[in-house]
Amino acid sequence: MKTIVVGMGTCGLSAGARVVFEKLEELTDANPDISHLTISGCIGMCYREPLVEIRDDGSRVFYGGVTAESAEKIFESHVLNNERIEDDNLVYIIERDGSTSGSEADFLDLQERIVLRNCGTINPESISDYVESGGYESLKKILFRMSPEEIIQEVKNSGLRGRGGAGFPTGLKWSFAASNEADRKYVVCNADEGDPGAFMDRSVLEGDPHSVLEGMIICARAIGANFGYIYCRAEYPLAIHRLEIALSEARENGYLGKDILGSGFDFDVKIKQGAGAFVCGEETALFASIEGERGMPRIRPPFPAEKGLWQKPTNNNNVETYANIPWIIANGADAYAAFGTEKSPGTKVFALAGKVVHGGLAEVSMGTTIDDLVFRIGGGIKEGREFKAVQMGGPSGGCIPASLKNTPVDFESIPATGAIMGSGGMVVMDDTTCMVEIARFFLDFTQNESCGKCTFCRIGTLRMLEILERLTRGEGIPEDIKKLEQLSIQIKEASLCGLGQTAPNPVQTTIRYYLDEYLAHINDKHCPAGSCLALVEFSIDADKCVGCTICAKNCPVDAISGKVKEPHVIDQEICVKCGKCITSCNFNAVITR
Amino acid sequence: MITATMKENFSYRLWRYDGAPGELIPLLQSAQEHFGYIPIRAINYISGVTGIPESDIYGVITFYSQFRLRPMGKYIIRACAGTACHVSGAKMIIETIEDELGIEVGDTSEDGMYTLNTVACIGCCSLAPVIMINDETFGRLTPASLRKLLREHIRKSGEKADSAAGVSCGG
Repeated sequence: MKTIVVGMGTCGLSAGARVVFEKLEELTDANPDISHLTISGCIGMCYREPLVEIRDDGSRVFYGGVTAESAEKIFESHVLNNERIEDDNLVYIIERDGSTSGSEADFLDLQERIVLRNCGTINPESISDYVESGGYESLKKILFRMSPEEIIQEVKNSGLRGRGGAGFPTGLKWSFAASNEADRKYVVCNADEGDPGAFMDRSVLEGDPHSVLEGMIICARAIGANFGYIYCRAEYPLAIHRLEIALSEARENGYLGKDILGSGFDFDVKIKQGAGAFVCGEETALFASIEGERGMPRIRPPFPAEKGLWQKPTNNNNVETYANIPWIIANGADAYAAFGTEKSPGTKVFALAGKVVHGGLAEVSMGTTIDDLVFRIGGGIKEGREFKAVQMGGPSGGCIPASLKNTPVDFESIPATGAIMGSGGMVVMDDTTCMVEIARFFLDFTQNESCGKCTFCRIGTLRMLEILERLTRGEGIPEDIKKLEQLSIQIKEASLCGLGQTAPNPVQTTIRYYLDEYLAHINDKHCPAGSCLALVEFSIDADKCVGCTICAKNCPVDAISGKVKEPHVIDQEICVKCGKCITSCNFNAVITR
Repeated sequence: MITATMKENFSYRLWRYDGAPGELIPLLQSAQEHFGYIPIRAINYISGVTGIPESDIYGVITFYSQFRLRPMGKYIIRACAGTACHVSGAKMIIETIEDELGIEVGDTSEDGMYTLNTVACIGCCSLAPVIMINDETFGRLTPASLRKLLREHIRKSGEKADSAAGVSCGG
């Protein structure tokens, strides 16, 4: 009996996994004795979705880029006739003896999968799949064989640090909440993954929701809480759907609710949908949002461990942090600490995106270099272009230049570059990315998302954005850089929460590493990356232009001329660089320099 | 019997409200689900039942980007403006949509068919640049392929509207 698995994460679905699944359903229904069909979350190879895996007696074979037609071929050849289709779409093979091969073997073989241990392997909508893979064993262990103090000690010993970005030691955080006496305590899971370019938490919730839930229950037992919330952004409907299934299955099976597994311990969890506010990733703002108010941060102290949600002691961790916990309890703190570096033990999940060939999710030991992530796992830069920088930590982070690519990723080395670890988004940039423009992009984001409570964050970021917009339009003046640096320091010092305190990071790091690009924008009115439209020259690629005249018709200043069916030309004297020709051309023939 | 759909229903949620704190945002979410946006009368209802002043409710609505005070088009186009899409040319993609539909970000087309919004990140970074039309995701777009996609979509949705009108006339 073979098992056919279709990857049905958001990435798989948007690449067309639904039609593949329907086709295979039809085929397996017609041949019920030969195979059965199931689903899984994302295994991380988002760039080769939709993925179909055939499991046969211990071996696992993955096909990538599957369509309804190729699914039929795979079924006929591999499932019915035991003949693997050996071509580029055969992305990964794990043989019965554990040996691996396939065109994308490097991507998975170079990883250490603790958080993603079940992602892409189990059916996230089935609790029995999770239990069969060892799920809820850690819960049994802590309920019947460990005291709350022992749980906290174990987490402390593992050295696990918060995976949401700040890297605060998790065991220590738990001990604070545990030591505060109250009639009610809360466990909160922050699944408000708002950093653009980060999708680790979404994949974990879609691929293995029970591991997060089990981590939360273990935490609740350790700190003595009976109620929990998962605050998940509404933009992740599939994650919410799978969490709802996980919660109700866990309740039915006695892992959640009253008297868990007969231990006398009560704990239940509610899902709260975020309503679209980046600042709610900040824990005190998140609590305000759960309480039904505008999500504005509160002054600390009192810290959440003392007065958090509804003014009660609260422990808040990120999705990935909780997903680590069951593994740590099952395998022991020493096994976990064996991964990673001395000060940053364990593994970290990264979301690779941007100009990297293998866009997807990868989990590696802490201390792996940026070079290894981008080139060995990530497969290098798209179209063979030059690696320029990697942006880590989203709008709170910074750009690390290619010259620092040997920097290990851990909680000490990354902040030394001026960026932050962040939650794990890694956006790779090539030589066509303008760093001034990127700084403007992030400032635009933080300026929009500033809740407005602190003046420096509310108005300071707007002033910075205005300067950056001026620079990208070629209207910058030499004093602008000094002004940006000054504002950065003031905003950082005078803001209450993490959003304001980190908002200037993208500007500061780009000024630090790419001052020449800023100066080119200011002094030469030139964008070296050819990205700021106001500062580039538009021209038409004569080889691509078919002379359809559509650009000439759309040009608001009649700068384009040419005969029908002959390549057109742009008059640089008249051109106002509006970009209308680029968006109207059906042949991608307009180029910028 | 109370079914799952009834539980999600706005009036059911209002009726069931028992004064438990923290219910305002879920109430607003179900109002938006029900009406497609949050009309003034929904704010009146919620305020009447919960006792939360209308001004506070308005404050919460305007704080979160999910809530809208105006009706939306039949098709909501969400253009991703996240980092990965941005470095892959999202700006051009957004301008192309604006040009093709004759609307700006945040607006609804005159025929009430399309609303254009941007989102911070859809989470399909490996397919950048990406847009969503309602629940369907389209990735690896270029201005040219996007124009084709939009024209195709307008043609198909026009046909659907026509045939629906035909049925209602015949019926």
